[in-house]
Amino acid sequence: MVLWKDFVRGLWAENPTFRLNIGLCPVLAVTTSAINGLSMGAATVFVLICSTALISLIKGIIPDKVRIPAYIIVISTFTTIVDLVMHAYLPDLHSVLGIFIPLIVVNCIVLGRAEAFAAKNSVIRSAFDGLGMGLGFTWALTLLGSIRELLGSGTLFGLALIPEGATTLGIMSLPPGAFITLGILMAVMNMVSARQKKMAS
Amino acid sequence: MNLFTILLSALLVNNFVLVRFLGICPFMGVSKDVDSAIGMGLATTFVMVVTAAATWLIQWFILEPAGLPFLQTLAFILVIASMVQLVEMFLHKTSPSLYRAMGIFLPLITTNCAILGFAIMGVQNSYSFIETVIFGLGAGLGFTLALMLMASIREDLRFADIPKPLRGVGIAFILAGLLSLAFGGFAGLV
Repeated sequence: MVLWKDFVRGLWAENPTFRLNIGLCPVLAVTTSAINGLSMGAATVFVLICSTALISLIKGIIPDKVRIPAYIIVISTFTTIVDLVMHAYLPDLHSVLGIFIPLIVVNCIVLGRAEAFAAKNSVIRSAFDGLGMGLGFTWALTLLGSIRELLGSGTLFGLALIPEGATTLGIMSLPPGAFITLGILMAVMNMVSARQKKMAS
Repeated sequence: MNLFTILLSALLVNNFVLVRFLGICPFMGVSKDVDSAIGMGLATTFVMVVTAAATWLIQWFILEPAGLPFLQTLAFILVIASMVQLVEMFLHKTSPSLYRAMGIFLPLITTNCAILGFAIMGVQNSYSFIETVIFGLGAGLGFTLALMLMASIREDLRFADIPKPLRGVGIAFILAGLLSLAFGGFAGLV
């Protein structure tokens, strides 16, 4: 039951993107298509689960004063693993996501969960917390990517949904489209959660 | 590539915040008033220039000759963290008033992805030492410019009647979108 709670928290109540507004750089940068958003999310999930679990495992032996540098070393180790594996097996994807793969190191979600959760809880709970947060981040990226891909180029996960020749909003694939779509999505999420609160009371 | 082109490109055409999406967290967090925006921007620029020099030396004199380029991410983030610490100590000793003014922003700079991002980009473009430093300067000033523009607009918006769900980050992102649209006009300048 506790594990389930640790898991679902990241999906909605404390969603890193829409509720906590952290780790926003990759959310904006790589969401030109749904598949890019999904793969960036998957890479982050891997780093999140592995680093929160490992940090929770070694929390007893890290001196308190150097804990942040120690966490950063753990996180950058897993990030380098993802970077090298993607480079070897998925070179196309690696070149699209580019600089944002090594930048998972400075994604505030990972360090934030390490400091706020993994440093105080058991390995298994930390892993579930990491999984929940990572999937919360992934669905946000995939949603934004789908909207931008659909409006910007008329496809979804590469499948053409809008008939050829129809006008698409090219701006959605460009940087301004990312900012404006995320702004509107944030407003929608605020409306949904305001309604939820009203229903609950 | 000549130095002026690199500077102008990092500053306007490929603005780090509005076009490359690096450093969004401080851009949203510290853009509520103009004074703190300038403080944060200049502190970041300073760290970027110092980091540019340090990471260039590490990449080409330690990592490459030793055949360890896969340690790049790890090495750079440690360099950035220690540079921020160094700048903090230096300011504390030499200019306590400036230190107090920037105080809270300094430790935050470590997690600004614009810094690690530009350091890695500098290596990918195989810039020379001087080019890397100028690239860092341009990136830092571009970050400062975006932050200042955003802060001045948000100050004016304080009393505007914004629909409730959009208040806070929602409207800030739409503003950033419009700013980014305006910066799109610089494309083709270089």
